[in-house]
Amino acid sequence: MTEVQLFGLWGSFFSHRIEIALKLKGVEYEFIEEDLSNKSPLLLQYNSIHKKVPVLVHKGNPIAESRVILEYIDDTWKGHPILPENPHERANARFWAQFIDEKCRVALRNAYGCQEKEREEEATREACELLKTLENELKNRRFFGGDKIGLVDIVANFIGFWLGAIQEALEVKLFTEDRFPKLYRWSEEFVNCSIIKESLPPRDKLISFMRRRYGLSS
Amino acid sequence: MAEESVKLLGYWASPFALRVKWALKLKGVHYEYVEENLPNKSPLLLRYNPVYKKIPVLVHNGKPLAESLLIIEYIDEAWKQNPLLPDDPYERANARLWAKFFDEKCVPEVMGAFASKGEEQEKAAKARENLKMLERALEGKPFFGGDKIGFLDIAVGWIGIWGRIVEEIAGVSLIDAETMPLLTAWLNNFLEVPVIKACIPSWHELLEHNKGFHKILTGSST
Repeated sequence: MTEVQLFGLWGSFFSHRIEIALKLKGVEYEFIEEDLSNKSPLLLQYNSIHKKVPVLVHKGNPIAESRVILEYIDDTWKGHPILPENPHERANARFWAQFIDEKCRVALRNAYGCQEKEREEEATREACELLKTLENELKNRRFFGGDKIGLVDIVANFIGFWLGAIQEALEVKLFTEDRFPKLYRWSEEFVNCSIIKESLPPRDKLISFMRRRYGLSS
Repeated sequence: MAEESVKLLGYWASPFALRVKWALKLKGVHYEYVEENLPNKSPLLLRYNPVYKKIPVLVHNGKPLAESLLIIEYIDEAWKQNPLLPDDPYERANARLWAKFFDEKCVPEVMGAFASKGEEQEKAAKARENLKMLERALEGKPFFGGDKIGFLDIAVGWIGIWGRIVEEIAGVSLIDAETMPLLTAWLNNFLEVPVIKACIPSWHELLEHNKGFHKILTGSST
C-alpha cells in the first residue's frame, strides 16, 4: 500500500489541485475515484465532518479541504515550494487563493447557474469585476507565483481550464481574451504546462458532463 | 536594526479584530492601534484593504494585510517566539481545518440565530450541533493548542463572549454546559487567561451595541 492516497473525482478541479501539487513535488500517490452517489466507507471515515472529496491520506492520516491539503503538502515535501519563503508574500498568496475560492468561484457559479435574465446580468457583472481584480493582481507576471506555478495558480485552476469547458457547454462568453487579456494569457500558459496538461480531465468528457449537469442535451 | 512599525486597524466591537489583538499580545509585539469609526471607513482603511474594505488590517513596516486568520498566520511566521501553530504538519493542517470549520459552519449559524426573527431557535439548534463538533479537536487537552493557547484557541475563543451576547439578546442557547462540557470548560479557562482577558471589551458596552444591531437586523423594537 502506498504511503499517499488521494480520494478524488475525475472531473473535480478541487482534486485536480491536489494532483498538481503532488506531481510538482514528485510525490507518488494512489488516486481513488469516489462515486459521490455512493460514498465509500473509507471516505466517510476519513472525512467524517464534511464527507467530501478531495481527501489526502498520508501514512493513514486524513486531511480534507483543498487549500488546507495544499499547505500540508508544502509543509511536508520540500521540493518545488508552492508558497514563497517571505512571510508577507506567503500571506499575500493565501489572501489571493482565498479570494479566488470565496469570491471568484462563487460569483462565477452564480453567473452560470442563473435562470432569470436580470439576475444573470447582475451576477455576470459581479463575476467580471472580481475577475478584473484578480487580473490586476497578476500584473505582467507569467504566473501568480512568478516564474513558476505557485499556490495561487493552483487554486485558480478552474479559471485556467474548467471555465473554458463550462463556457463551451453552456454557450456563454464571460471569460474572454478581449475582456481579460492578461488572465486569458495566464490560462493558456497554465494549461500548457506539462504537469498541468498530464493531469487535466478530457475536455470533451467534461463538456458533456457540464451539459448534463446544467440540464442541457449532450 | 531598523525600527519596526506595526499598526492594527480595528473596531472595538469586532471579534475578528480581537483575534488579531490576542495574537499580537501573545507574541509580545508592540503595535499602534487605530480605531476605525465604523461605518465611516477611513481613507486609510480603503487604501490598505481595497478588496474587502474591512477591518482588521495589520500594517507591518508599511505593508498591509487583511483577513484575520491570514493575519494571525502571518504574525506567527514573522515573529518566531511563542509559536501559535504546531510544528507538526498534520497538526497544523488540523488546526487550520477546524478554524475553517468554525468560520464557515459555526459562525454563520450563530449570526443566523442572532439576525432572524422567528427562526432563531432552529438556527441556534444547528449552531449548537456544529459547535459541539469542536469538542473533537479538544480531545482531553486543556486548550486546542495543548497545554498552552494556540492558533485555534484564539480563532474560536471569541465565541465565549459573543455567544453569550447572542444568547441573551435572541433568547437562544448556543453553548450548553450539559451537552458541551468540554467546550464550556475550555471557554472558562481560555477567557480567564490574563493576556486574553485584558483585551476583551466591556460586556455592557458590547451588549448595548449588539442590542442596537439586533433591532436593525430583525426590524423589532425592544
